[in-house]
Amino acid sequence: MSLWLTLAVNSFGLGGLLFLLSSGFSLIFGLMRIPNLMHGSFFMLGAYFGVTLLDRGVNFWVAAIGAGLLTALIGGLIERFLLRRLEGQVLPQVLLTLGFAFIIGDVCLMVWTGDPWQPATPAHLAGAVQVAGLFFPLYRLVILAVAVVVAIALWIMVDWTRLGAMIRAGVDDPPIARVVGIRVSQLFTLVFSLGAALAAFAGVMGAPYLSVYPGLDFEMLPLALIVVILGGTGSLLGALVGSFIIGFLYNFGQAMFPDLAYVILFLPMLLVLVLRPQGLFGKVVT
Amino acid sequence: MSAVSGLLAPRTAAIAMAVLLLLVLPLWVGNAYYVNIASQILFFAVFALALNVLVGYGGLTSLGHAGLFAMAGYTAALLLARGHGHLVADTAALLVTVATAAVYAVLSLRATGIGFLMITLAIGQILWGIAYRWASLTNGDNGVNVSSRPMPFGLDLSGADGFYYLCLVVFLACVGSMAVVVRSPFGASLRGTRDQERRMAALGYDVWLIRFWAFLLSGFWSGVAGLLFLYYNQFISPQVVALTTSAEALLMVIAGGTATLLGPIVGAALVVIMKNVVSAYIVRWNMVLGIIFILIVSFMPEGLVPGSARLWAWARHRLRHGKPKPAAPGPVAAPPASGGKEGVR
Repeated sequence: MSLWLTLAVNSFGLGGLLFLLSSGFSLIFGLMRIPNLMHGSFFMLGAYFGVTLLDRGVNFWVAAIGAGLLTALIGGLIERFLLRRLEGQVLPQVLLTLGFAFIIGDVCLMVWTGDPWQPATPAHLAGAVQVAGLFFPLYRLVILAVAVVVAIALWIMVDWTRLGAMIRAGVDDPPIARVVGIRVSQLFTLVFSLGAALAAFAGVMGAPYLSVYPGLDFEMLPLALIVVILGGTGSLLGALVGSFIIGFLYNFGQAMFPDLAYVILFLPMLLVLVLRPQGLFGKVVT
Repeated sequence: MSAVSGLLAPRTAAIAMAVLLLLVLPLWVGNAYYVNIASQILFFAVFALALNVLVGYGGLTSLGHAGLFAMAGYTAALLLARGHGHLVADTAALLVTVATAAVYAVLSLRATGIGFLMITLAIGQILWGIAYRWASLTNGDNGVNVSSRPMPFGLDLSGADGFYYLCLVVFLACVGSMAVVVRSPFGASLRGTRDQERRMAALGYDVWLIRFWAFLLSGFWSGVAGLLFLYYNQFISPQVVALTTSAEALLMVIAGGTATLLGPIVGAALVVIMKNVVSAYIVRWNMVLGIIFILIVSFMPEGLVPGSARLWAWARHRLRHGKPKPAAPGPVAAPPASGGKEGVR
């Protein structure tokens, strides 16, 4: 009984992490129609920045936010100077982001070597909480809480603020949005940087239990893809639900069919594609 | 004399010369190392031609073809390791690969554009996951060894020259079949679905079915290339299934120029030669690959062959008149495969 409960808590933890990762992807893909194949690389790069800062004795939250800001800067520069010129051209965007994914992966290998880094869970977040006689790992619950806070913040930002309204206007009709004085290109750089920052932040949050190693980038990228395909493109709620489905499947799959855990992850995606190709919460594009 | 030259159109003559050069290549190259590189170019060209069916003629960019390439290799290697003969293993490998391509097609053809790309990428990564994590079946990270190459009709393929001729025969068969397919009504309708999907549907063509058959064709030749790759290395490991392999194949197609027969062949030659040269000096192949992608996208989005011609014309114009033409070297027009058709159907 307690094994299943532990698995469930771990699943919520992984689901929260996946949401932090895929909400950034969903934001960039849903709003800007850019298939950002360096999203996994942002995750890994952020994680490496984070462990380096932690290694210098920086506070965990400062390290996580600092890594997010650094990665946002890199993502913003790539968007501003290169991706911007390829607006609306899918294949060139794919090649450019894929090219950067390879470069970032190789630079990380050069700088941080091939050995895995695993920072200790910060002391005040380690340990377990006791509820009704059962122990739950505190850190997983913290990730879940952070994910929920981020989800609510993103939802408020996109749906309820002036900034969100401007972004949506820029997406729906860029020329008109520009005419009424919205700086669409600046907003897009901002959205892209925010997506990169979320991935990097997720990377630091995940580092204490996933550890950071070469190849992490292309392991996380498909996870972001399947969450977005599962939940429906551009839907934050879809990304949230998709993340928890994948989180549960991974942990329970790992416990029951260890050899096949990675494959089981893709089953809901396949089902959704066959039965509901627009995703669970996606809108039909007409 | 004049009758003979009348029969030989320049194009035919060029093809005949190229085939002749390829036939005698081991004689003038001599060194086994270079003959092996030529073999690599030939089977990667087969792979690139297979991918080009979808990317170039179908307008469907797949980033999961490493899965098909490796599916053939792994199936054959595992069957051989269990004591089956080459004929059984290879036939089964091709059947399994075509079946896998059918699964790919059924799932990925739910979408076009980015959706198609993301789904093929995800399926490719599933297969990578199987190769890497399902160790009881695939031997995991250690890979699978193949002890011997086959000996069809008693021919010895263990040496570099023998294997080169096998690759050449397969390559010529592939190019020939591609030429036939591209010129056939099927090829025309496939290009039609790329350029005018709705019009083709309105004309009564089954767009989905045309793309499905194209996927099977692509899968078959990817499988053949995968088998040659397996026999060339006599070893296969999860690295072959990695995204890098799919990306390299896409680079071969795009570097040479999509939707031509020559483009992917030139692209395969470029990538294989570059990979061998670069690996001799530095270990950073992935970084070089990434930089090439970015350079191509930034300066020659239509491929190296047409792109070089355009840059050359631009440079000459600039030298003569001192001012750049309005259509400067920036990305002018996207290749047809990318034409902004996006979204899930």
